[in-house]
Amino acid sequence: MTLHAITLVGHDRPGIIAEATGILGSLGLNLDDSTMTLLRGQFAMTLICDGEASADAIESALQPMTGPLAVTVREVPDERTTSTPATSWVLSVHGGDRPGIVSSVVSRVAGAGGNITDLTTHLKGDLYLLVAEVDLPADADVEALRTALGVVADEFAVGVTLNPVEADEL
Amino acid sequence: MSVNERLLAWTEVELGVESAVLDVVTTPATVLSTPGADVDPADPRIVRLAADLVATMRVSPGCVGLAAPQVGESVKVFCVDVSQHPKTRDHHGTFVLCNVRVLESSRNEKAREGCMSAPDFTGDVKRASRVVVRGQLPGTGEEVTVEANAFEARALQHEIDHCDGYLFLDRVAGAHAIHARKTYL
Ligand SMILES: [Zn+2]
Repeated sequence: MTLHAITLVGHDRPGIIAEATGILGSLGLNLDDSTMTLLRGQFAMTLICDGEASADAIESALQPMTGPLAVTVREVPDERTTSTPATSWVLSVHGGDRPGIVSSVVSRVAGAGGNITDLTTHLKGDLYLLVAEVDLPADADVEALRTALGVVADEFAVGVTLNPVEADEL
Repeated sequence: MSVNERLLAWTEVELGVESAVLDVVTTPATVLSTPGADVDPADPRIVRLAADLVATMRVSPGCVGLAAPQVGESVKVFCVDVSQHPKTRDHHGTFVLCNVRVLESSRNEKAREGCMSAPDFTGDVKRASRVVVRGQLPGTGEEVTVEANAFEARALQHEIDHCDGYLFLDRVAGAHAIHARKTYL
């Protein structure tokens, strides 16, 4: 099985997903994991697809899509992620837009051995918002990380919270 | 909130039958998405199923409830026992109910849920933190009305959903509310 990492970014319009996925389907590709979201009027799709079509064939099939579009296709190895036992947290940051907030916050998370599995940011008016899903190693010093994040929060005058989100088995 | 003393006193010993541990069905399986049939709670097969559900729940680490579709039986029967869970407030111990309907629900709360039948994911699901349900005890068929709160209310709604052919995957709070579970080394 060949895996392809595909990104498409284009001006949002009704039918853009239907058109893109239709083309991928006609090439015999299956959508495995994907995330698609609207960013400032641009529709951004990031997909991992499996199938035998070549990267060049996929790229040239997607290029004729209507509207300006950025397309990339790369073959990627099939890497199943495994991890050591971890605890799950949600990190949220909000405040005025300041250069360097994201890199400062996420470097503290990395410094604590944390792994970010999902992150979104939004700028709306003067409000900058970051929400991330974070895995911390079972033996991580959460209070030390909270303290380090508090220092960043003071420096940038933003609010930073880190809350546990363990799932309940039912 | 008032605890139903009859249900609290109930244990699987009342069923008076042998039990066995059953295999748990996982997605994708059509039985998990099929509405279960109403049952005759006095039917010996349902009594045996009730005992088997409790036995299977007991051997499954962290399991606080199990519904018949999860063992491949498309019927409205489930067991619950949240008595050992830290998020539990009031509870009714171990019980099995048949043909349960929700009469009242209020106070929605969002929390992350996992399920033995969809082991690769967790999901953020909004559920009422107070419910009143009515169902029947297996064997005797007695009607019981149960008021539940906090984690027991969540567990009841999760199991009732199973009996109606729904998984937490059908209830997630948005496109970013499903999370891939980590595979540990
Ligand atoms: Zn379940």
